[in-house]
Amino acid sequence: MKAYLTRRYILSASHRLNADSLSDEQNKATYGKCNNPHGHGHNYSMEVTVSGQVSAETGMVCNLVELDEAVRHTVLDRFDHQNLNTLEDFAALVPTTENLTEVIYNILKQSFHSAHLEKVRIEETSKNSFEYAGGAELRH
Amino acid sequence: MIYLTRKCEFSASHYYHNPDWSDERNRHMFGKCANLNGHGHNYTLEVTVKGEIDPVTGFVVDLKELKDILNREVVDAMDHRHLNKEVPEFASKIPTTENIAIAIWQRLAEKLQVAKLHRVRLYELPDLFVDFYGEA
Repeated sequence: MKAYLTRRYILSASHRLNADSLSDEQNKATYGKCNNPHGHGHNYSMEVTVSGQVSAETGMVCNLVELDEAVRHTVLDRFDHQNLNTLEDFAALVPTTENLTEVIYNILKQSFHSAHLEKVRIEETSKNSFEYAGGAELRH
Repeated sequence: MIYLTRKCEFSASHYYHNPDWSDERNRHMFGKCANLNGHGHNYTLEVTVKGEIDPVTGFVVDLKELKDILNREVVDAMDHRHLNKEVPEFASKIPTTENIAIAIWQRLAEKLQVAKLHRVRLYELPDLFVDFYGEA
Protein backbone atom coordinates (compact mmCIF):
# COMPACT_ATOMS: atom_id res chain seq x y z
CA MET A 1 0.00 0.00 0.00
CA LYS A 2 1.17 3.47 -0.87
CA ALA A 3 1.71 5.98 1.92
CA TYR A 4 3.15 9.48 2.12
CA LEU A 5 5.60 10.39 4.84
CA THR A 6 6.35 13.97 5.78
CA ARG A 7 9.22 15.13 7.93
CA ARG A 8 9.77 18.68 9.11
CA TYR A 9 13.14 20.40 9.44
CA ILE A 10 14.11 23.90 10.52
CA LEU A 11 16.70 26.01 8.79
CA SER A 12 17.64 29.57 9.63
CA ALA A 13 19.12 31.83 7.01
CA SER A 14 19.29 35.43 5.91
CA HIS A 15 18.56 36.93 2.54
CA ARG A 16 17.92 40.12 0.67
CA LEU A 17 15.49 40.31 -2.22
CA ASN A 18 16.96 42.38 -5.02
CA ALA A 19 16.76 41.73 -8.74
CA ASP A 20 19.80 42.87 -10.73
CA SER A 21 17.63 43.67 -13.72
CA LEU A 22 15.55 46.22 -11.77
CA SER A 23 16.54 49.74 -10.72
CA ASP A 24 17.03 50.55 -7.02
CA GLU A 25 13.69 52.26 -7.04
CA GLN A 26 11.94 49.36 -8.72
CA ASN A 27 13.54 46.92 -6.29
CA LYS A 28 12.35 48.98 -3.36
CA ALA A 29 8.86 49.16 -4.80
CA THR A 30 8.78 45.43 -5.55
CA TYR A 31 10.35 43.99 -2.44
CA GLY A 32 9.65 46.62 0.22
CA LYS A 33 11.35 45.79 3.53
CA CYS A 34 12.85 42.66 2.00
CA ASN A 35 15.03 44.92 -0.11
CA ASN A 36 16.87 46.30 2.95
CA PRO A 37 20.54 46.28 1.80
CA HIS A 38 21.72 44.59 5.00
CA GLY A 39 19.33 41.68 4.62
CA HIS A 40 17.16 39.98 7.21
CA GLY A 41 16.53 36.39 8.27
CA HIS A 42 13.94 33.70 8.84
CA ASN A 43 13.52 30.41 10.60
CA TYR A 44 12.32 28.43 7.63
CA SER A 45 10.20 25.41 8.48
CA MET A 46 10.66 22.89 5.70
CA GLU A 47 8.47 19.83 5.14
CA VAL A 48 9.79 17.08 2.90
CA THR A 49 7.18 14.59 1.69
CA VAL A 50 8.20 11.23 0.23
CA SER A 51 5.99 8.39 -0.92
CA GLY A 52 6.18 4.71 -1.74
CA GLN A 53 4.92 1.27 -0.91
CA VAL A 54 5.00 0.44 2.79
CA SER A 55 7.56 -2.36 3.08
CA ALA A 56 6.18 -5.61 4.50
CA GLU A 57 9.51 -6.17 6.24
CA THR A 58 9.95 -2.80 7.93
CA GLY A 59 6.48 -1.25 7.88
CA MET A 60 8.07 1.90 6.49
CA VAL A 61 8.08 3.92 3.27
CA CYS A 62 11.77 4.57 3.77
CA ASN A 63 14.31 4.51 6.53
CA LEU A 64 13.88 7.78 8.41
CA VAL A 65 17.55 7.85 9.39
CA GLU A 66 18.50 7.78 5.70
CA LEU A 67 16.08 10.60 4.91
CA ASP A 68 17.33 12.70 7.83
CA GLU A 69 20.94 12.15 6.78
CA ALA A 70 20.27 13.03 3.16
CA VAL A 71 18.44 16.22 4.14
CA ARG A 72 21.15 17.17 6.62
CA HIS A 73 24.04 16.56 4.21
CA THR A 74 22.53 18.05 1.08
CA VAL A 75 20.23 20.78 2.39
CA LEU A 76 20.75 21.80 6.02
CA ASP A 77 24.56 21.77 5.88
CA ARG A 78 24.33 23.91 2.74
CA PHE A 79 21.73 26.49 3.75
CA ASP A 80 21.35 26.58 7.54
CA HIS A 81 22.91 29.67 9.14
CA GLN A 82 23.97 31.05 5.79
CA ASN A 83 23.33 34.24 3.91
CA LEU A 84 21.47 32.84 0.92
CA ASN A 85 22.59 35.67 -1.37
CA THR A 86 26.23 34.61 -0.97
CA LEU A 87 25.63 31.05 -2.16
CA GLU A 88 26.27 29.75 -5.65
CA ASP A 89 22.64 28.62 -5.93
CA PHE A 90 21.48 32.22 -5.82
CA ALA A 91 24.25 33.85 -7.83
CA ALA A 92 21.74 34.49 -10.61
CA LEU A 93 18.50 33.84 -8.73
CA VAL A 94 16.70 36.08 -6.23
CA PRO A 95 16.51 34.05 -2.97
CA THR A 96 12.76 34.30 -2.60
CA THR A 97 11.18 31.37 -0.82
CA GLU A 98 9.65 30.34 -4.14
CA ASN A 99 13.15 29.92 -5.57
CA LEU A 100 14.50 28.36 -2.36
CA THR A 101 11.71 25.77 -2.45
CA GLU A 102 12.49 24.84 -6.06
CA VAL A 103 16.23 24.72 -5.44
CA ILE A 104 15.82 22.43 -2.43
CA TYR A 105 13.34 20.19 -4.25
CA ASN A 106 15.81 19.78 -7.12
CA ILE A 107 18.70 19.02 -4.77
CA LEU A 108 16.70 16.34 -2.96
CA LYS A 109 15.38 14.90 -6.22
CA GLN A 110 18.97 14.28 -7.28
CA SER A 111 20.35 13.09 -3.96
CA PHE A 112 17.61 11.00 -2.33
CA HIS A 113 16.49 7.83 -4.05
CA SER A 114 15.16 5.59 -1.25
CA ALA A 115 11.58 6.79 -1.85
CA HIS A 116 9.78 9.02 -4.34
CA LEU A 117 10.11 12.72 -3.54
CA GLU A 118 6.58 14.11 -3.64
CA LYS A 119 7.04 17.69 -2.63
CA VAL A 120 8.85 20.26 -0.55
CA ARG A 121 6.85 22.78 1.46
CA ILE A 122 8.53 25.73 3.15
CA GLU A 123 7.01 28.13 5.62
CA GLU A 124 8.96 31.37 5.52
CA THR A 125 6.87 32.72 8.39
CA SER A 126 3.74 31.28 9.95
CA LYS A 127 1.80 33.35 7.44
CA ASN A 128 3.57 32.44 4.19
CA SER A 129 4.20 28.99 2.80
CA PHE A 130 5.35 27.66 -0.56
CA GLU A 131 5.05 24.21 -2.07
CA TYR A 132 6.75 22.63 -5.07
CA ALA A 133 6.19 19.16 -6.47
CA GLY A 134 8.50 19.29 -9.48
CA GLY A 135 5.90 21.20 -11.48
CA ALA A 136 3.13 18.66 -10.80
CA GLU A 137 -0.25 19.66 -9.44
CA LEU A 138 -0.57 19.27 -5.70
CA ARG A 139 -2.69 16.56 -4.18
CA HIS A 140 -5.50 17.87 -1.98
CA MET B 1 -17.46 18.07 -3.35
CA ILE B 2 -16.55 19.38 0.06
CA TYR B 3 -13.96 18.15 2.53
CA LEU B 4 -14.22 18.04 6.30
CA THR B 5 -11.38 17.26 8.69
CA ARG B 6 -11.79 16.09 12.26
CA LYS B 7 -8.88 15.87 14.67
CA CYS B 8 -8.39 13.59 17.67
CA GLU B 9 -5.52 12.48 19.84
CA PHE B 10 -4.41 9.27 21.45
CA SER B 11 -1.37 8.21 23.43
CA ALA B 12 0.08 4.76 22.98
CA SER B 13 3.24 2.73 23.32
CA HIS B 14 4.91 0.51 20.76
CA TYR B 15 8.18 -0.99 19.58
CA TYR B 16 9.52 -2.01 16.19
CA HIS B 17 10.58 -5.62 15.78
CA ASN B 18 10.66 -7.96 12.81
CA PRO B 19 10.63 -11.52 14.23
CA ASP B 20 12.28 -12.87 11.06
CA TRP B 21 15.40 -10.84 11.78
CA SER B 22 18.22 -11.15 14.29
CA ASP B 23 18.26 -8.76 17.24
CA GLU B 24 21.24 -7.10 15.66
CA ARG B 25 19.47 -6.49 12.35
CA ASN B 26 16.42 -5.15 14.20
CA ARG B 27 18.62 -2.77 16.18
CA HIS B 28 20.44 -1.68 13.05
CA MET B 29 17.25 -0.96 11.10
CA PHE B 30 15.04 0.42 13.85
CA GLY B 31 17.55 1.99 16.25
CA LYS B 32 15.99 3.16 19.52
CA CYS B 33 12.56 2.01 18.32
CA ALA B 34 13.73 -1.62 18.58
CA ASN B 35 13.86 -1.50 22.39
CA LEU B 36 11.51 -4.35 23.30
CA ASN B 37 10.38 -2.60 26.46
CA GLY B 38 8.64 -0.13 24.18
CA HIS B 39 8.27 3.64 24.22
CA GLY B 40 5.32 5.94 23.56
CA HIS B 41 3.95 8.88 21.64
CA ASN B 42 1.10 11.34 21.71
CA TYR B 43 -0.41 10.71 18.30
CA THR B 44 -2.55 13.30 16.57
CA LEU B 45 -4.97 11.97 14.00
CA GLU B 46 -6.64 14.05 11.30
CA VAL B 47 -9.38 12.32 9.38
CA THR B 48 -10.65 13.99 6.22
CA VAL B 49 -13.94 12.93 4.67
CA LYS B 50 -15.50 14.20 1.45
CA GLY B 51 -18.94 14.33 -0.07
CA GLU B 52 -21.74 16.57 -1.20
CA ILE B 53 -23.49 18.95 1.19
CA ASP B 54 -26.86 17.61 2.29
CA PRO B 55 -29.39 20.24 1.12
CA VAL B 56 -31.49 19.81 4.26
CA THR B 57 -28.90 19.67 7.04
CA GLY B 58 -26.10 21.59 5.33
CA PHE B 59 -23.70 18.88 6.53
CA VAL B 60 -21.31 16.75 4.55
CA VAL B 61 -21.31 14.37 7.50
CA ASP B 62 -22.97 14.34 10.91
CA LEU B 63 -20.02 15.38 13.07
CA LYS B 64 -21.37 13.63 16.10
CA GLU B 65 -21.58 10.39 14.14
CA LEU B 66 -18.03 10.85 12.86
CA LYS B 67 -16.81 11.63 16.36
CA ASP B 68 -18.50 8.51 17.73
CA ILE B 69 -16.92 6.34 15.04
CA LEU B 70 -13.49 7.85 15.71
CA ASN B 71 -13.85 7.32 19.43
CA ARG B 72 -15.02 3.75 19.08
CA GLU B 73 -12.70 2.58 16.31
CA VAL B 74 -9.55 4.51 17.17
CA VAL B 75 -9.47 6.19 20.55
CA ASP B 76 -11.08 3.38 22.58
CA ALA B 77 -8.98 0.81 20.75
CA MET B 78 -5.62 2.61 20.86
CA ASP B 79 -5.55 5.31 23.53
CA HIS B 80 -3.37 4.34 26.50
CA ARG B 81 -2.69 0.95 24.93
CA HIS B 82 0.39 -0.95 23.89
CA LEU B 83 -0.12 -1.19 20.13
CA ASN B 84 1.98 -4.36 19.64
CA LYS B 85 0.22 -6.25 22.40
CA GLU B 86 -3.33 -4.91 22.43
CA VAL B 87 -4.32 -3.96 18.91
CA PRO B 88 -4.94 -7.06 16.75
CA GLU B 89 -3.56 -5.57 13.50
CA PHE B 90 -0.13 -5.33 15.08
CA ALA B 91 0.14 -8.93 16.19
CA SER B 92 1.66 -9.55 12.74
CA LYS B 93 2.53 -6.05 11.52
CA ILE B 94 4.99 -3.55 12.91
CA PRO B 95 3.10 -0.53 14.36
CA THR B 96 4.99 2.09 12.37
CA THR B 97 3.22 5.37 11.69
CA GLU B 98 2.60 4.10 8.14
CA ASN B 99 0.97 0.87 9.32
CA ILE B 100 -1.07 2.60 12.04
CA ALA B 101 -2.42 5.06 9.44
CA ILE B 102 -3.38 2.14 7.17
CA ALA B 103 -5.04 0.25 10.05
CA ILE B 104 -7.04 3.36 10.99
CA TRP B 105 -8.14 3.80 7.36
CA GLN B 106 -9.31 0.20 7.22
CA ARG B 107 -11.19 0.54 10.50
CA LEU B 108 -12.93 3.75 9.38
CA ALA B 109 -13.59 3.15 5.68
CA GLU B 110 -16.16 0.44 6.23
CA LYS B 111 -17.95 2.33 9.00
CA LEU B 112 -18.51 5.61 7.14
CA GLN B 113 -21.77 5.60 5.28
CA VAL B 114 -22.64 9.03 3.95
CA ALA B 115 -19.34 10.78 3.46
CA LYS B 116 -16.38 9.01 1.89
CA LEU B 117 -13.03 8.73 3.60
CA HIS B 118 -10.50 10.90 1.78
CA ARG B 119 -7.35 10.96 3.87
CA VAL B 120 -5.95 9.71 7.14
CA ARG B 121 -3.12 11.89 8.44
CA LEU B 122 -1.33 10.60 11.51
CA TYR B 123 1.27 12.63 13.40
CA GLU B 124 3.67 10.61 15.53
CA LEU B 125 5.49 13.83 16.42
CA PRO B 126 4.83 17.44 15.42
CA ASP B 127 7.60 17.05 12.83
CA LEU B 128 6.72 13.60 11.48
CA PHE B 129 3.48 12.48 9.91
CA VAL B 130 2.07 10.01 7.40
CA ASP B 131 -0.77 10.47 4.92
CA PHE B 132 -2.76 7.52 3.58
CA TYR B 133 -5.39 7.86 0.85
CA GLY B 134 -6.41 4.20 0.58
CA GLU B 135 -4.11 3.59 -2.37
CA ALA B 136 -2.99 0.05 -3.16
